[in-house]
Amino acid sequence: MRMKEMLFIFLGVMMLVASPVLGADKIKIATEGAYSPFNYVNAKGDLEGFDVDIAKALCEAMKADCTLVTQDWDGIIPALLAKKFDAIVASMAVTEKRKKAIAFTKPYYYSVASYVVRNESNFPDKVEALIGKTIGVQRATIHEGTIKEMYGDKVTIKTYDTNENCILDLKNKRLDAMIASRPLMAYYIKHNPEAGFAFLLGMYNPVVAAIGLRQQDTEIMEKFNAALDTIVQNGTYDQISNKWFGESLLKK
Amino acid sequence: MILDLICESLPPLLASSILTIHLTCISLAIGAFLSLPLGLGRLSKNRWIAGFCFAYVYYFRGTPLLVQIFLIYYGLPQIGLTLGAYMSALISLSLNTAAYTAEIIRGGIQAVAAGEIESAHAMGMTRSQVLCRIILPQMVGFALPAYGNEIILQIKATSLASTITLMDLTGMARTLAAETYAPLEIFSVAGIIYLAMVITTSKLVAWMERRWTAYRR
Repeated sequence: MRMKEMLFIFLGVMMLVASPVLGADKIKIATEGAYSPFNYVNAKGDLEGFDVDIAKALCEAMKADCTLVTQDWDGIIPALLAKKFDAIVASMAVTEKRKKAIAFTKPYYYSVASYVVRNESNFPDKVEALIGKTIGVQRATIHEGTIKEMYGDKVTIKTYDTNENCILDLKNKRLDAMIASRPLMAYYIKHNPEAGFAFLLGMYNPVVAAIGLRQQDTEIMEKFNAALDTIVQNGTYDQISNKWFGESLLKK
Repeated sequence: MILDLICESLPPLLASSILTIHLTCISLAIGAFLSLPLGLGRLSKNRWIAGFCFAYVYYFRGTPLLVQIFLIYYGLPQIGLTLGAYMSALISLSLNTAAYTAEIIRGGIQAVAAGEIESAHAMGMTRSQVLCRIILPQMVGFALPAYGNEIILQIKATSLASTITLMDLTGMARTLAAETYAPLEIFSVAGIIYLAMVITTSKLVAWMERRWTAYRR
């Protein structure tokens, strides 16, 4: 008798767990979860940020049943190819090299890179100011290439797992400067005035960020592109962009 | 294609394994130096010394090495002490291995037959003579197999240094894998290099064991 009851409870739980799997159009979306304010994990352990809101809005527009997962940045493309998830909504810049491995949707925002330094360093606003200095950058980002192009071996480059750790080390003075996405750092500087950070030099590397998909998944590609059009047209995009940055990131 | 990739990744991976070997050797040397007083202290009759050594060993064995590394690298700057990435890694690895080695030494000392120590005292040897002539030489023999394991664990533990920007074998492998999107090939090569280091070490330890414990055979 006890066994039978337990079996029923077990089956019931299994069905509850399995029910979302049975629904159509299940899409698993990955983000990094350490790229505040674009995507990060809040104190409660939930994913938040611009990318996360966009991903949720897209899912709503697609009427798809989505799950969001986190994945370390330097393994995010291999994991997509290994089918651990179906899409990357993680502020990924479209590059020729990445295009060889994965496919990209239409852009969902435009961005540039900027150097950030501590105010107290008082570096002159010239490219030469950073020669011989230690510059931090997140591993496997396009910005790593920007430093190498600009400075070659004339600077020491330190690579970080996450941009957040890079920021921490600029604060700790292990770094003289860092390079990262400008909207991201603008948000950080605005919300953390006590860190005493400032931009140095101009803007580099204009890029478009898009959603990464597997090249063979043309059907999902069409759905995502259609959903992007929908959320831009119905104002959802501007609403999300304004919420985080006070302006639309779809302007070049 | 795959072979090209492996051939291309081999030189930078081998170059970066020098840092791995470097970190392993220096941290083991510092750790061994610290572990002898700690191991002896664990057996001390003085309650304060024994208590301190007990607390040290249990803290470093009871918390993850990654947490210890983060505490030193990201935690200490908060109280004004900013160490470089290399120093932070070296200090955490050394303090960590010291705790494990201290336990190995304690076990080795306790394995020395009580009768031999009593006989030595009865022969009129002083306490330090007993320690240097009877206890420590035998302890080395008893501790060697366990210490060989500790060396191997330490080689693998250095991979955590890659989390604080150091370009050791794992750090380089992660960078190359991210650049080439070919983690299978790159991490396989890195794994083989680690394996080669571990096999060399275990052969070396087996040889030392044969040499130094010949009297037991």
